[in-house]
Amino acid sequence: MDVLNAIVLFGNFVGVPAIAYGSQLALGALGVTLVYGILRFSNFAHGEIMSFGAMVAILVMWVLQAAGIGISPLPTVLLALPAAIVGTIALVLIVDRLVFRYYRVKRSPPVILLIASTGVMFVVNGLIRFIIGPTDQRVDDGTRFIMKVRAFKEATGLNEGLAIKTSQVISLTAAVACVVLLFWFLNKTKTGKSMRAYSDNEDLALLSGVNPDRVVTFAWILAGTLAALAGTLYGLDKVYKPFTYLQLLLPIFASAIVGGIGSPVGAIVGGFVIAFSEVMVTYAYKKFLGYILVADWAPVGLAQFLGTDYKFAVSFMILVVVLLVRPTGIFAGKTL
Amino acid sequence: MKTRYAIALAAATSFATTAAFAEDIKIGVFLGFTGPIESTVANMAPGAELAIKEVSDSGKLLGGKKVVAVRGDTTCIDSAVATAAAERLITSDGVKAIVGGDCSGVTTAALKNVAKPNGIVMISPSATSPALSTIEDNGLFFRTAPSDARQGVIVADILKENGIKSIAVTYTNNDYGKGLADAIASNFKKAGGTVTINAPHEDGKGDYTAEVGALAAAGGDMLVVAGYVDQGGRGVVQAAVDTGAFDRFYFPDGMVSPALVTNHGADLNGSIGANPGTNSPGAATFVDMAKKAGFTSGPFSPESYDAAALILLAMQAAGSSESGKLKDKVMEVANAPGEKIYPGQLAKALEIIAGGGDVDYVGASAVELIGSGESSGNYRQVKYENGKEVVVGYR
Repeated sequence: MDVLNAIVLFGNFVGVPAIAYGSQLALGALGVTLVYGILRFSNFAHGEIMSFGAMVAILVMWVLQAAGIGISPLPTVLLALPAAIVGTIALVLIVDRLVFRYYRVKRSPPVILLIASTGVMFVVNGLIRFIIGPTDQRVDDGTRFIMKVRAFKEATGLNEGLAIKTSQVISLTAAVACVVLLFWFLNKTKTGKSMRAYSDNEDLALLSGVNPDRVVTFAWILAGTLAALAGTLYGLDKVYKPFTYLQLLLPIFASAIVGGIGSPVGAIVGGFVIAFSEVMVTYAYKKFLGYILVADWAPVGLAQFLGTDYKFAVSFMILVVVLLVRPTGIFAGKTL
Repeated sequence: MKTRYAIALAAATSFATTAAFAEDIKIGVFLGFTGPIESTVANMAPGAELAIKEVSDSGKLLGGKKVVAVRGDTTCIDSAVATAAAERLITSDGVKAIVGGDCSGVTTAALKNVAKPNGIVMISPSATSPALSTIEDNGLFFRTAPSDARQGVIVADILKENGIKSIAVTYTNNDYGKGLADAIASNFKKAGGTVTINAPHEDGKGDYTAEVGALAAAGGDMLVVAGYVDQGGRGVVQAAVDTGAFDRFYFPDGMVSPALVTNHGADLNGSIGANPGTNSPGAATFVDMAKKAGFTSGPFSPESYDAAALILLAMQAAGSSESGKLKDKVMEVANAPGEKIYPGQLAKALEIIAGGGDVDYVGASAVELIGSGESSGNYRQVKYENGKEVVVGYR
């Protein structure tokens, strides 16, 4: 019984939140990795692009809610997703046309593109502030929970409860679906194959007749789609705060680099590695150990490795260790 | 459009200031017009300005002197900007005394760096950090808000009366949050309770599950959330309810607000709290006066009115508008003995003082200055039932 309680407790505070967070990170890291693989620079604006996607989703959601259209028990914002994806793709294509293409044609070194992307980050950030304002927006209408703590306790008779939010299940489902579709696209379609070729060796791909503009456009379309999805899901699961996405940039890049930047599999694995590390290192194990250890052995302190404020420091630490020990990441990256 | 309007307004204000006659008495209204409590300040500044206008219009201050308010922005969080604004108020605008600052950190900075060296009186309506009770101020600093040390005692009493034996405490990671949380924790321990954890949380995050996980591991009968209702406080409560970590909360200060009920509704059932407030007759009068003047009496607006009123009454009692003289009269006009003065009766108070009589300023927030010159504090105790806030009583 105590072991079961311990497992449920762990699941409630570590397992379920980390899986949802990991899915959102994985989607974000996939976008970063795609841009890096094809366009060969680290896109620091990715966090704000996610925020932009979520913002479009919320604006469309308000229109839908005003019109009384909903898909209860699912949150209305899911209906707004296609519009958000289209809006985000439009944004990234416009940004590419106005900013990145100039440096690409000039064949500028990656670091210049990186700095340019930082500029784009600030501009998009200002745009969001201008359109929706800096305040929080609640997105989660519909049934918020699939499993509530009290209901779980009553059903199982355990001391500990397990809560599963609708948004957490949606996050995981969306991440799995995206990954499957992306792999199918990259491995089975002609455009996907040409993208991989371009990423592997640009000159060789060009000689083989791959159209570079088409490849770049598709890379942005995929990155925009993933960003809109990741942004909206994060906002749905937590709360939409326009500027938390800036803080998300670090764990997202950590995920991509740990997995091996440029490698889609790596991005997904990295996302979950980072999410689980962040949550597990900052979790206080006092109660958990109290269940599984002999009564007298239960710790007096919190049994917490690091305070929760160090959550982002965990991403940093992993990033530094990976760069020192295995700079290519878990799955040697740089190719799609 | 908005900016243009603001610029026009700023220009108009500065014009009005320069147009004031040289012998007019200027009072600084030094609050966070921008920053994290700007929505609260929107109803605090008019409170202070209402008292100033009342006195000015009465024509009874120091033989008919006019009084004008000059605004300065503390930003609530940026001490450098606040210090510069205070410097401007005192040296360039030439204010005789200051109503403010609002947040404890900037108030301390402005007092230490500007007000004390220049010998200018500051009466803060809302700085509650216990550290301000013992700060070296040459007798220049007062506050119509109670110290959080006092709130700590109140909270410990309320928790004990509700049969709470152990609490987990989380606070917003700044001077205010830490001061309040420590006051609550130490008083609750003194009263025989157990504090399982006293941990900070950062504002502005999207997700507070990790913070709540640590709080849940420590356990406790109740979670005390000393935070901001639109910021981390809300996130912590939401995450605690979602994960089932706690289902009863204690809310101090600004957490007790209509927004709390809007955000969490029935999840709050069984929770309790208390915020500064009074049921004295002055409070009700002030609400009406505010409505007539075109603003809503929100948190700390009564205290702002009282801070301005105290400065002006002390001037009358000192027979001078100089801070060096009026600072010794503040305690005298605020406390017994004397005729009780409520909001709207400032003209009467000025007359009594001019005639050599004594006043006991009660005002909108039932002011009673104790110790080094801070309000003894009145709290409004509430509980949550059926998703609604119910007033239990005042203490």
